[in-house]
Amino acid sequence: MQSRVATRKVLFIALVVSLVCSAVVTISTIMLRSVQEANRQHYMQVNILNVAGLLQSDVALEAQLQQLETHLVELDSGKFYEVENPEAYDQRRAAKDPRQSKVLSATEDIAGIKRRAKYAPVYLLRDDNNRVKTIILPIHGNGLWSTLYGFIALQSDTTTVIGVRFYEHAETPGLGGNVDSTGWLAQWRGKKIFDSRRQPKIQFVKGGVDHDDPRTIHQVDALTGASVTSRGIENLLKFWLGNDGFGPFLTRLQSSGGKL
Amino acid sequence: MSDISTTNKYRTILIQPVFESNPITIQVLGICSALAVTTSLKSALIMCLAVIMVLTLSNTTVSVIRHHIPASIRIIVQMTIIASLVIVVDQFIKAYAFEMSKTLSVFVGLIITNCIIMGRAEAFAMRNSPGLSFLDGIGHGIGYSVVLITVAAIRELLGTGKLLGYTLLPSVFEGGWYYPNSIMALAPSAFFIIGLLIWALHTWKSHQVDKE
Repeated sequence: MQSRVATRKVLFIALVVSLVCSAVVTISTIMLRSVQEANRQHYMQVNILNVAGLLQSDVALEAQLQQLETHLVELDSGKFYEVENPEAYDQRRAAKDPRQSKVLSATEDIAGIKRRAKYAPVYLLRDDNNRVKTIILPIHGNGLWSTLYGFIALQSDTTTVIGVRFYEHAETPGLGGNVDSTGWLAQWRGKKIFDSRRQPKIQFVKGGVDHDDPRTIHQVDALTGASVTSRGIENLLKFWLGNDGFGPFLTRLQSSGGKL
Repeated sequence: MSDISTTNKYRTILIQPVFESNPITIQVLGICSALAVTTSLKSALIMCLAVIMVLTLSNTTVSVIRHHIPASIRIIVQMTIIASLVIVVDQFIKAYAFEMSKTLSVFVGLIITNCIIMGRAEAFAMRNSPGLSFLDGIGHGIGYSVVLITVAAIRELLGTGKLLGYTLLPSVFEGGWYYPNSIMALAPSAFFIIGLLIWALHTWKSHQVDKE
């Protein structure tokens, strides 16, 4: 009898503690979600500018974003999809919606993202002659622990890299997490991501790359101690620059001479 | 008479963990995070705030329900409370110190496994009133913070020549005279500094030295 009462009490306390704790965690998460979402949005916008080397610390972010033109691109055809307010489009949500996305087959899905939205935003900067000078594309794909979300910025030839940058991931700090380190990011500048037949070509090399050697134009240093993250980034770049990603759009842009 | 002794008791509980029985230098607990977050003073300060919050709240909560916690599941109950508090604190950091959370979040999560918090819940809060446990939490939190802030200040100053981003020793890279000591940016330097701190504290409070 005694032990049954004791067991009941143990179960009761365990239940009450679990319920109260989960309620506290849930309430705090829900209450803080809007602030966190605003932070995330702000950080993403900072990264759009930063990846193209446009970020100025002393100018308001909104004013800086206005120099960029935002369009939605229908990825399969590579054509612009005109909408009222392309800034409001949420690619991540669209990728989960069966009507706005397509399922990728195992051979297509080298980035490990399973579904791809039909439309994706692109950010363009034009020169004085209204030709596209800088192209900023959103990219994402699986690393070791997490999906990495980032941007790649290309020059008007649609091949030369200005920068690569990830604004959200949960890779191991100090190993795969070094995708954020300035030294690793700096080496992307000037690399070519397409070969002469316009196939995506980027290699992650172990043991260091001599960036002055013209033969290394398609090569970057792999991340030390992070083979899976490195391979993930290599694959997600190949995916988003290939035919299932922005390939058709980039080809159209290139053949139009930047007048798209 | 009893009034004086109670005030003294409160003061002892609050002050003693700062130097006399400091959780890091005397009890050598919570070393992991002390190595990881002390490369800059700012991250150390946020980590200290997080630990003080979690430690104080967990001590108080555990103490409030201490008579109802069955002995057979007391550890798991304490862990549930601590883990929940850590998640809440982490959510707050993500909301109000977003830049810091990028580098700090993984270590904030590890507060759950920080022995200081579990140790205080088990050794103190399970046996004492909520008021005393609250003071004990703050005291140990401050004791932890004193060491963390000292280590972080030394590492940031010698490693970069700056404190909280303000240049104190102009480095040669920015046209000054100071050669930043890059070992200060790496984890071993935290071992060295904590070792020296333990030595200094043992010399100052010589009764703490273990008897042979």
